[in-house]
Amino acid sequence: MTTRIVELRRGILKKNDELAAGLRARFQAAGVLVLNLVSSPGTGKTAFLERTLRELRAQGKRAAALVGDLETDNDARRLAASGAPVRQINTHGICHLDAEMIAKHLDGWEGLSLDALDMLFIENVGNLVCPSSYDLGERIRVALLSVTEGEDKPLKYPGLFNSADAAVITKIDIAEPCGFDRELALKNIREIRPGMRVFETSAKTGAGMEAWLAYLAEQRRG
Amino acid sequence: MHELSIAASIVESVSEAAAAYPGARVKEVRLRVGALASVVEDALRFCWELATEETPLRGAALAIETLPVILHCEDCGAESAIETVQSFRCPRCGALAADLRQGREMEIASIELEEPEPSAAAPAST
Repeated sequence: MTTRIVELRRGILKKNDELAAGLRARFQAAGVLVLNLVSSPGTGKTAFLERTLRELRAQGKRAAALVGDLETDNDARRLAASGAPVRQINTHGICHLDAEMIAKHLDGWEGLSLDALDMLFIENVGNLVCPSSYDLGERIRVALLSVTEGEDKPLKYPGLFNSADAAVITKIDIAEPCGFDRELALKNIREIRPGMRVFETSAKTGAGMEAWLAYLAEQRRG
Repeated sequence: MHELSIAASIVESVSEAAAAYPGARVKEVRLRVGALASVVEDALRFCWELATEETPLRGAALAIETLPVILHCEDCGAESAIETVQSFRCPRCGALAADLRQGREMEIASIELEEPEPSAAAPAST
């Protein structure tokens, strides 16, 4: 027997990365800003997105959402109440969305034209680990963190927070009773992803939404 | 736990590459994985056994090289590896550094094949 070494130098997720690159080109050609929202379960992604979709609609912007969950279409039904086109992706046990699921659900989305959209939000499966490896073709990855979760979340999940382009702190209306240490949370985010934009929001009161919407408008133009 | 998906992707890629060498057995698969790649080595090894079972890769070893995070510092210009991923500061001057030069890799570097001797394939008749 002889031994042979074959150099491959191939990305493990090459197939996903290639698909994602194709999606990114498609989104860019259609002029649609695509965001991938990632957080733990229970951070309030859906409530935050619901408010965002509603306010965008009031501004006359055209936004749609793809929402990933292991099971149920509860979130899609909640989001659809905003009037925006929404489609559920059920992963049936898979802990993250991948580019193939996005492509498949875009293609089979009756009545949706990317060209007619300003923004597309992808709400990932609630998980702070696995989604960080999977490029979905998004332009902006948003890491969300609620005031109920502990200020050290960014330190515990550096892979995700370092890969994000913006961070959103949710539920700030209950920061005080939760004993949330704002300065410490901001410091931890900064240590993991220096210079990242941070938005402090409440989907309930609408606090911080103005700055977030201004950021979206600026990114859409840029 | 996305290590099973990762293991399955590796099996697919390696099987494709090994198909160019008929008769060869894959002895080892060598990976390069960045410290920020969110891959848990123990979980991946466990899933590797599951994913290779009932495939020609069964029994192939998995060698994982972990690559440290390397930051480029815009303040002092240094490019250096950081020891933990809890703080993205330049080890030389202490400034926060956002410019990541290494640490997210998820790569199949190479595979080691065991091939039958060419002479053994065609034994000389006596």
